Amino acid sequence: MRGNAEAHEMIAPGNLAGVLDVLAAAPGKWTPIAGGTELMVAFSAGRLSSRRLVNLWGIPDLRFIETTADSFVIGGCTTFLDLRANAALAAELPLIAKASSWIGSIANQGRATVAGNLANGSPAADSSPALLVYDAEIELISKKGRRRVPYSEFHTGYKTNAMTTDELIFAVHVPRRFAGCMQYLRKVGTRRAMAIAKVALAGTGLLRSGVIEEIRLAAASLAPFPARLRETERALAGKSITSDTIQSARAALLAEAKPIDDIRSTAEYRKCVGANLLEEFLHELSRGESPR
Amino acid sequence: MKTSSLIHFTLNGESCTVQAPPMKRLLDVIREDLHLTGTKEGCGEGECGSCSVRMNGELVNSCLVPVLQAEGAVVQTVEGLACGGALHRVQQAFLQCGGAQCGICTPGMLMAAVQLVENNPHPSLAEIREGLAGNLCRCTGFMRIFESVLAAATTDYAAQSEKVENAR
Repeated sequence: MRGNAEAHEMIAPGNLAGVLDVLAAAPGKWTPIAGGTELMVAFSAGRLSSRRLVNLWGIPDLRFIETTADSFVIGGCTTFLDLRANAALAAELPLIAKASSWIGSIANQGRATVAGNLANGSPAADSSPALLVYDAEIELISKKGRRRVPYSEFHTGYKTNAMTTDELIFAVHVPRRFAGCMQYLRKVGTRRAMAIAKVALAGTGLLRSGVIEEIRLAAASLAPFPARLRETERALAGKSITSDTIQSARAALLAEAKPIDDIRSTAEYRKCVGANLLEEFLHELSRGESPR
Repeated sequence: MKTSSLIHFTLNGESCTVQAPPMKRLLDVIREDLHLTGTKEGCGEGECGSCSVRMNGELVNSCLVPVLQAEGAVVQTVEGLACGGALHRVQQAFLQCGGAQCGICTPGMLMAAVQLVENNPHPSLAEIREGLAGNLCRCTGFMRIFESVLAAATTDYAAQSEKVENAR
C-alpha cells in the first residue's frame, strides 16, 4: 500500500525555537523529520504511523560543526556529507568520516543527519559504534532547557531512548582526546554502499609498555541497540595482548553479544564475525599499526 | 487539518508554484503536477537512485523528499541538463559510449554523474563507482556507464576507456 500524503500533516516553523514550541505544546504528537531517509521510506510504503510531522530540514541552528579546545560539537541536523567534508574532524576522529562514507549512497549521505541516525536507533546504525568508542555525549534541548546524556546511556532498548517527547537532539559532543589512540572500525555487509551492517565493530585503544591502558569497544547488530561491549573491555583492560588474552576476549564477546537471526544475517554468523573483528583490532593494537 | 500548501521553488531555472499536500513526495510533484516525466520511480525507498534530482546543489532521491522541504529550493531534473538544445557533456558521453540500454535508470545515472563531475572534474574509476553507487542498472553491467562518466570527464577518451578495460 502506498502512502497517502493527505493523511499526514506537516509544518515547518523555520527555526529551532518554533520547533521547540510545537513539541512543548503537544508532547508526543509531532514527529520531527529532517532528511527523511527513514521516515519517507516508511511513508512511501504506507507504514508511517506518525500523522503529524514537524520539519527540521533547513534550520541553520541545527546544522553546524564547531571545534572547541576539547571537543567537536556536531549539530543534530549535520549531514553525513558535512561530516565527511570536515577536514579537521576527519583527521582527528577518522572513524566518524569513515562511518559516514558507508551510509547508503551520496544521495543518502547528503540528506541523512546524525541526529536522525541516533534517534532512529537502529541496532545496525552506521555512526553509532564510532560515536560510542569516542565517548560522545548527546545534548538534548527542549523548551525547558538543555541537558547532556552520555551516548552510551542514550539507547535504552530496541528503538527506545532517553529522550522525553518534547526533546530534540541538539548536538553531539565528541571529545578531542583520541588522536593518540589506536582507532579501529570495520563494517561487514553485503556490499560497500547501500548495505545495512550484518555486524560492525569499533575500537579505540592505548597500549603502554605492552599493556592495554585504555580500551573501548562498541558494536552494531550484536544487541537490540548499538552498545559498548563492557564485559569484553573488562577482559582486556590492564592485560598485555597475548594469544591467551585474545582467546579470553573472544570468549567474553561471544558471551556478551546478543545478536538475532534476521533477513540480513544469523546470530551465529554475527557472533563469529564480531569476535574475528575484535581479534583483528587487537592484532593491530599490538602491532601499533595506523588506524584503519 | 490543512491538507495542502502553496510551495514555491525553482525548477530547471524557472520559478514555479505548486499547490500540494506538504508530505507529497517531490518525485510525484515533479511527475504529476509539473508533468516532467524524465525522473523515474524505481524502488520508492531511496535504494535505486532512479528518482535522483539535484536540490540546492546536492544529489537527492526525490522519492524521499516531502515537497514542503523543497520550499525556496533550486531543483534540477534531467530535463534541465541540456542547454538550448545542446546536450550536457555527460549526456553526450552516455550517447557515445552506450551508457544507456532500457533507459529507466538513465535519468538518475545522469544526475548522479553530473553531481560527481561538477564537484570532482577528473574522478578516478573508484570515485565514479562511489558517486554512482546509489544508482542501480540492470542492463549495462555498469561498465559502459562508468566509461561514459570517464569520457565526460576527459578529452582523452581512448586512453581512459583502456584504463577501464584494464580494471575489468
